[in-house]
Amino acid sequence: MATIVGGLGLSHVPAIGGAIKRHAEHDPYWRPFFDGLPPIRRWLADTRPSVVVMFYNDHGLNFFLDKMPTFAIGAAPEYRNADEGWGLPVQRPFRGNPELSWHVIEHLVAQEFDITMCQEMLVDHAFTVPMQLLWPGIAEWPVAVVPIAINTVQHPLPSPGRCYKLGRAVGEALAQWTGKERVAIVGTGGLSHQLDGKRAGFINKEFDLYCLDALTNDIQALTQLTIPELVELSGTQGVELLNWIAMRGALPATVEKSHVSYHIPISNTAAASLLLTEPAAKSREQAA
Amino acid sequence: MLETVQIPGTTIFDGRMAAKGYALNKMCFSFNEAENRAAFLADEDAYCSKFELSRDQREAVRHRDVLALLAAGGNIYYLAKFAGIFGLNVQDIGAQQTGMTVDAFRAKLVGEGV
Repeated sequence: MATIVGGLGLSHVPAIGGAIKRHAEHDPYWRPFFDGLPPIRRWLADTRPSVVVMFYNDHGLNFFLDKMPTFAIGAAPEYRNADEGWGLPVQRPFRGNPELSWHVIEHLVAQEFDITMCQEMLVDHAFTVPMQLLWPGIAEWPVAVVPIAINTVQHPLPSPGRCYKLGRAVGEALAQWTGKERVAIVGTGGLSHQLDGKRAGFINKEFDLYCLDALTNDIQALTQLTIPELVELSGTQGVELLNWIAMRGALPATVEKSHVSYHIPISNTAAASLLLTEPAAKSREQAA
Repeated sequence: MLETVQIPGTTIFDGRMAAKGYALNKMCFSFNEAENRAAFLADEDAYCSKFELSRDQREAVRHRDVLALLAAGGNIYYLAKFAGIFGLNVQDIGAQQTGMTVDAFRAKLVGEGV
């Protein structure tokens, strides 16, 4: 079976990509955010995942309103990034693992998830910015990827409970996979923010901090939220929390918060990074 | 029947809004490509005509009025690509929608973290 080495939550604000492009990571505005990342990079260097399964949301690069899948899974040998219209550098392609993708797809459909399967799929900043944060400046991406896009654009959106179950089914699929892959699960976006309307600039620190705890210790409470409640509590784009909830679903029932950082603001967003690991795995590493 | 949710200052982008805004969002989606951004700048009227925008949508585009673009069915993710043509980011857009200066909007956000 594949081994899930841990779960990561990461914000994906496009401006982060701009800051990386300008080498502004140490500027006073950016430093509190980027300072949250070295512990995660050290963990990656220690655990050496070979695959990233990433729950993210497309912002109108690959999917348009003509055909909007609720859940879409990549099954391609390669995923390309492309111009999104506002000047972020296009990232080099990401290597896929089609065999693993198809295995996950088979399992999900068997579990009655009516997903969309994609043999071509452009990945946008919600995918590329977290990859840049995890492996900054690296010549070759050290992992193969399985992108899973969750619709956060066009309502009705899938509920938090449904996204959690999707993640859980992905975790089951990985447990049944015969390969030896070491898999990091990543959920991207958030935390609270709202870009549109007179409520633009809305941020909810109290709710975000609650979520960072609940993702670790009380995920069932988050899965009880409705989408309107989530919009009210975290903003119209804060619903990207769905990606983090799906990530949590793929992890074992009991995890611990190995690392967390939280900073307001990055652009219009409350930005965070979170690393969840299995308690036993950590103690094994410490003993070794 | 679609459920209507009331959150102040917020429009849920549901099926009704997505249908209303389809032409506008389709035009904005085209701005992923540099040649389309250039075509818009070269002849805005011709470009908007090609996508058969409604009168309200055309007026909102003409005035670069984000609240009016949203009311006409625009979705912020696609509108961000429209704003990008003019070098405007989400903080510029946020300031416009809330009637603040960009500096005041940025300061408000910084204040949320204190």
